[in-house]
Amino acid sequence: MRIFPLPWPVAVKASAGSAAGRPSRCLALLILLLSLCLTAGAAQAQSSEAGDDAAALELLEALDVASYPAKGEAIDAIVQSDDPRARDWLSALLDGRLQRTDDGRFVVVLDNRGREWPVEDALSGEALGEMSRRELDRIGINNALRNQLRSAIAVVDLYSADLALRRASAERLLGEVDADLAEPLAGVIEQEEDRRVRARLTQALAIHRLEQGEVDAVADLKGSLHPRVRVALNRAVMGDDPVVADAAQAALNSIEQNLRINRGLETLYFGLSLGSVLVLAAIGLAITFGVMGVINMAHGELIMLGAYTTWAMQQLLPGQPGLALILSIPAGFMVAALAGIAIERGVIQFLKGRPLETLLATFGISLILQQLVRTGISPLNRTVITPEWMSGSLVINDALSLTLNRMYVLGFALVVFAGLMLVMRRTRLGLEVRAVTQNRAMARSMGIRATRVDILTFALGSGVAGLAGVALSQLTNVGPNLGQNYIIDSFMVVVFGGVGNLWGTLVAGLSLGVINQVLEPWAGAVLAKIIVLVFIILFIQKRPRGLFPQKGRAAEG
Amino acid sequence: MHWLGRPFTERSTQLFLGVLLAALALVTILHVAVPQGHPLHVSAYTVNLLGKYLSYALLAVAVDLIWGYLGILSLGHGAFFALGGYAMGMYLMRQIGDRGVYGHPELPDFMVFLNWDSLPWYWTGFDMAWFAFIMVLLAPGLLALVFGFLAFRSRVTGVYLSIITQALTFALMLAFFRNEMGFGGNNGLTDFRDILGFSLRSDATRLGLFIATGVALAVGYVLCRAIVGSKLGRVCVATRDAEARTRFIGYRVERFQLFVFVVSAMLAGLAGALYVPQVGIINPSEFSPVFSIEIVLWVALGGRATLYGAVIGAILVNYAKTVFTGVMPDAWLFALGAMFVLVTVFLPKGVAGLLAYRVRRRKHRGEDDASPTPRGKEVSA
Repeated sequence: MRIFPLPWPVAVKASAGSAAGRPSRCLALLILLLSLCLTAGAAQAQSSEAGDDAAALELLEALDVASYPAKGEAIDAIVQSDDPRARDWLSALLDGRLQRTDDGRFVVVLDNRGREWPVEDALSGEALGEMSRRELDRIGINNALRNQLRSAIAVVDLYSADLALRRASAERLLGEVDADLAEPLAGVIEQEEDRRVRARLTQALAIHRLEQGEVDAVADLKGSLHPRVRVALNRAVMGDDPVVADAAQAALNSIEQNLRINRGLETLYFGLSLGSVLVLAAIGLAITFGVMGVINMAHGELIMLGAYTTWAMQQLLPGQPGLALILSIPAGFMVAALAGIAIERGVIQFLKGRPLETLLATFGISLILQQLVRTGISPLNRTVITPEWMSGSLVINDALSLTLNRMYVLGFALVVFAGLMLVMRRTRLGLEVRAVTQNRAMARSMGIRATRVDILTFALGSGVAGLAGVALSQLTNVGPNLGQNYIIDSFMVVVFGGVGNLWGTLVAGLSLGVINQVLEPWAGAVLAKIIVLVFIILFIQKRPRGLFPQKGRAAEG
Repeated sequence: MHWLGRPFTERSTQLFLGVLLAALALVTILHVAVPQGHPLHVSAYTVNLLGKYLSYALLAVAVDLIWGYLGILSLGHGAFFALGGYAMGMYLMRQIGDRGVYGHPELPDFMVFLNWDSLPWYWTGFDMAWFAFIMVLLAPGLLALVFGFLAFRSRVTGVYLSIITQALTFALMLAFFRNEMGFGGNNGLTDFRDILGFSLRSDATRLGLFIATGVALAVGYVLCRAIVGSKLGRVCVATRDAEARTRFIGYRVERFQLFVFVVSAMLAGLAGALYVPQVGIINPSEFSPVFSIEIVLWVALGGRATLYGAVIGAILVNYAKTVFTGVMPDAWLFALGAMFVLVTVFLPKGVAGLLAYRVRRRKHRGEDDASPTPRGKEVSA
């Protein structure tokens, strides 16, 4: 860790005219100066600008040297200067966008994609139009400088009015505080209004105090789950002072305890997420296989169709991935449902009562659908964009953050499940489906058109597969093999849960997902999957009709 | 041993064996006696290809034995085939000796590559041909015994059995993909040099393997025919058509199922063992569920519950595959998929059913079908 030789305070977001600002170690003085400058007015600012630019140019010139240590000093100089543009320069330098033209001017590249780059003058901020990359020379940095730059920017940002910048800066400072920074930091903490920034800075300061051997700093670190805090406490445990070491050890133990709980929660979350994917993939199968008794090996390919519908929607609506995704929900359902109807009418109706033959025929359909996508679209994976409101994650604490896309899929799975339950339990169609399942002949004699019910049920199951595809497009690669990867798992879930039982499918899917995630850390992903498969194979031997077997006459069918 | 002799008195068996032996003899003569370049000459490549088809045919016969006569649709027979193949592959690996890339006297190349310092315990004995050949039958047989014992005892039948056999082969595929298993992981076992002292690269060895496969097919066929024709076979057919009724009559259905299942698995293993030296590689893709379903298609296309239909189906489909993948590889999956659909919908008795129908028509016989082809409804129960 580089201890940056910052004589406090640094260049702050001072107003344009802070020409008089000399580096000073006293924050109070700086604040005084700031208020002075604010009242100083614009006139003075105008007059001082020329001299300012000369000084600024000097600062930048110092960066354009070959030796990295010299560059490091130049960066410190920029930080210590009170130039308002310091932050822009530093972040441009960090991204490699601070460049020099052939005629010696310093420019900031705004967008370094393509051949022609739009640039602006680093000093005046005036746009200079586009320049070819050949006219520009980048000011190179190395990793040590990169670290130094990040810390320097963090310090500068600490005084920003922007809360997000202050938060990021506080994160960055954790473990980076040194003696020079410690004293002003205490003042900053007192003035800070945001609770999160304050807590973070307190921890940052406490780490420093712990390094100095202060026992009561441990109290400030106790609840934190941040890895840097653990590093600092571990170092304190190793230290010479037995009192500090004991206190640190105690804090560390409680943190470890807390961490284990959080890790458990994370595993549970990932397990539920995986489980929700399994439920989505299997729930359509639970309808076609469980309720109708039709083995549809092309189910996976119906999922694939749903995923490709999402992709196609996003192609139709470029620039609006979110809208496209929402529209794909009905579209994916329709596409898969229509494909399902075609399969039912084209093949399955001729194989009624011959489940093994149905299995073979639908497997043939799955091969055809896969190859259709391969030759018709591409054998390669397609990119489906995740809309902004679905990316990112929900940060609970330092050890636990929940990815949003998985959360949405989990919610979506539950909604689909609830919707399906409603259809089966509360609608005319559901009633008819259950009637036909239980006793086809009797249902027909009561005036139910069994063939129509068959078609609608199969369309419903297939449509749900399409919905699964829409959701899966947000989590995995969309390619011709997408369906194949899920078909065996889906059958396992349905059989494990008990055929013909939607609740069983839900419970089986979620629990298999969690079991898989629990096993993964010590068995590895592949072995965990094998163990789960073997477990299900053995489970079916024990209870051939699954977790929740159907009772009564329906069970004999 | 009259039960083993009976098949030879049957017309269909005589016909099948006659055709098979004639084909073996013909290919041998055309390969050896006809000079190269002559239009009738059969190249070593073709001999090799035919040998591969014959091993597939034996595998199909094994599947037909349990699907056609016992009503068990195994979607995992590729697993037994691959296990037999791996047993043979391990023997062939050990035969490489120090001629591998790394030149280690004992360890196969992939183990040297993984920095292993000794053979895993389950590799011991595979340097001896007799041990390996026993394992070819024993490994798949044992797996079938354990799996079948559990499954049949708890009366897992029909679709459920199909699904868990598929899960079985899927789990094995995942397992064999792991390097830690000690079976070469993703790449499997390959780079074989010789078998029983004969170089695998010589044409004579290839011809020998082709003939051996043909003989194995003949033996396997006769064995299956003997089982099917015996009283045991009739219990099997009864089980297929009405399992509960057979049980109520007093037969321990699960024992019959288990016995036939194990025999079928061992035949599949034998097929795999003959397949591996001819193609020169065995890798986990043989465990893939898709391959196992494909085997079922061969049987369905050829005609279930005829045994010779399985042979016809295996050879037809694989010949089509060779042609298609050579001419237009993209179309093969379309063709395969279409075959699945068309055969199940329009040709439930397969090519054999078609042949039998033609034969009957020629004889002007209008009586009902006497062949033991199962009726759909009961099988599903």
